[in-house]
Amino acid sequence: MRQDILIIEPASVANRFWRDLWDYRELFFVLAWRDVAIRYKQTAIGILWALLRPFVAMVIFTVIFGKLAGLPSTAGTPYALLVFAGLLPWNLFATSLADAGNSLIGNANLISKVYFPRLIVPAAAIVTSLVDFLVSLFILVGLMIWYQFTPGWQFLLLPVFIVMAALAAFGAGLYVSSMTVRYRDFRIVVPFALQFGMYLSPVGFNAGIVPEKWRLLFDLNPLVGIINGFRWSILRGPDPFDWPSALMSAAVISLTLWLGIRRFERDESILADVI
Amino acid sequence: MPDTVINAEGLSKEYLIGHQAADRPGETLREALMKKSASFAQRIKDTLAGRPIVVGTTFEKISALCDVSFSVALGEVVGIIGRNGAGKSTLLKILSRITKPSAGRVTICGRVASLLEVGTGFHSELTGRENIYLNGAILGMTRADVRRRFDEIVAFAEVERFLDTPVKRYSTGMYMRLAFAVAAHLEPDILVVDEVLAVGDAMFQKKCLGKMEEAASQKGRTILFVSHQMATITSLCQRVILFDQGRVVFDGAAAAAVARYYGQDGSGLRLTSYYPAPRAARDEFATLLFGAIEDFDGNKIEAIDIRRSFRVRFSYRLNRSMSGRPFPFIEVYNSKGQCAFVSPGTFPLEAQEGAYESICVIPSNLLNSDAYSIDLTLNCEHAGSHSGFHHKSALSLVVADSVENATDGGARNGFTGLLAGVVRPALNWKTRRLS
Repeated sequence: MRQDILIIEPASVANRFWRDLWDYRELFFVLAWRDVAIRYKQTAIGILWALLRPFVAMVIFTVIFGKLAGLPSTAGTPYALLVFAGLLPWNLFATSLADAGNSLIGNANLISKVYFPRLIVPAAAIVTSLVDFLVSLFILVGLMIWYQFTPGWQFLLLPVFIVMAALAAFGAGLYVSSMTVRYRDFRIVVPFALQFGMYLSPVGFNAGIVPEKWRLLFDLNPLVGIINGFRWSILRGPDPFDWPSALMSAAVISLTLWLGIRRFERDESILADVI
Repeated sequence: MPDTVINAEGLSKEYLIGHQAADRPGETLREALMKKSASFAQRIKDTLAGRPIVVGTTFEKISALCDVSFSVALGEVVGIIGRNGAGKSTLLKILSRITKPSAGRVTICGRVASLLEVGTGFHSELTGRENIYLNGAILGMTRADVRRRFDEIVAFAEVERFLDTPVKRYSTGMYMRLAFAVAAHLEPDILVVDEVLAVGDAMFQKKCLGKMEEAASQKGRTILFVSHQMATITSLCQRVILFDQGRVVFDGAAAAAVARYYGQDGSGLRLTSYYPAPRAARDEFATLLFGAIEDFDGNKIEAIDIRRSFRVRFSYRLNRSMSGRPFPFIEVYNSKGQCAFVSPGTFPLEAQEGAYESICVIPSNLLNSDAYSIDLTLNCEHAGSHSGFHHKSALSLVVADSVENATDGGARNGFTGLLAGVVRPALNWKTRRLS
């Protein structure tokens, strides 16, 4: 018999937290797969939704910000590409955060009947959004062909910014999901905050138009650094890489991640009682 | 000394629950607003302090488990019984790590799989095939495990034709069968099962129990098993822990625990004599004096092996002489309240005033394994009017059947599965080869 000794006590056993995560990695993949598999079940156009939504958003933003408001693009890049390079990370972040935030109560039944490290539930939710994100990359390819725009070496660094966006959503998602279990108010607050956040992030416009004296405050939003990074790597520059916002973003993401994991680790053991 | 695989010491679990005072009729708007704003303020205070919100005007600490200690040895099959709210499910939740105890500790050696519900995590949009993998992963099987046992699971659930249909199109029975089939093919060191077998039709239940028995007897699994079906408990478990209001009130042989379980409420278990007789057991014609279930040495018993005979003895006083012949009766009911049989007794004497005793011998291999209650009755007749006593549930008894003795006489003929029915007669069988 395998000698695997488990001690259950009122105090939380911190050193098991990471080991359990590793032991249950397979369940993580299965849950992620489940969320992907059911996302477009019994819909008529299925995965096309993942293409349609960002595409329509891009058209509207291009018309409103580019044509009606007449905001400038960067050095001759088509405005549609500029908008889409901002929409991609924003959508990834927003859907990840919203899904991760609701993931625990969405799986309440599972949590109250089976043990597993609860962390894998919000983590799996992020994976689902990543799949949607990868699908919407096809639009980017289509746009590039349409505008005959060839990406440069910077494109190879895109994964770095994808990971940053996912981690930002993960950190905040951990915090929100754990709080949602106690206070369902968060279910209402998060979509509301995301709606505003979209206009506080340079999604429909170029970060360059923000006045210099507000830049530091503006950069506290981790999405600024991420979106700038996306634009830089997709649009071959053309502005020089924006180090201040990238570093600020990395710092804010690390902080959120730390706060999120700490909150989650503390709450994990009582989730089943409160949910 | 067998290895201890589960050791629980001083386990307690408390919950805080709130009670909402009922709205009084005629409450003024001002009072209602005051009450609402008070509870709103309380909620905000809870939120700021980071406490979970408990709604209510008064609060109470509920002790779901209270200083529970026990240990389970390797390969033991332990039944857990008790009324609703006795703490059984809380205990299982602690053992399967879903919730933490408020005090105490449990040490567990080996991999635990818990089955608190059948079909946890099943997703109605996914097909049967997909759900097998999903549910398997949730219960702690690896993909390789599931793949290896996939055909077995499908065959057990009898859903071959519908593997690629979403389970929301399944009938309830198919759904349950599939759900249990996955769980039945778990291979943990320790299996923790809540009352999940009470699903599906009788045939399928039998199949499930057979699977559990196989896991216990052939593979040496340690099993903790909660059930309200005493017949299942006594045939599956050697040892039973009885819970009441969060405490262990009995821990020992299955039959004795079941007997005590039925004795928990006042009306249930009666083993022995009572004198003077309760009001129900007396009238102007006759008075019940004493009743007991005994073995043939005259020892009172609360449980008996199914292969042994026993007797019901009761004595009574005829309060006057009668013209008609009195009939002593026993009526035997099983734990579901079904009447197993009624037996009128003899009274080959003159019905004179005085004390009498009747003894009824119940043969071996008659009653199935279950808990029974026995009514003691005396029907009297005098000058056209009928009377006498009828004492409902005067005595109780557990008929125990251990599958370990399957080949050792009795009605089983070596069969180790569950046998349904009120009676379990040992009948004459002849089987011969025809071609």
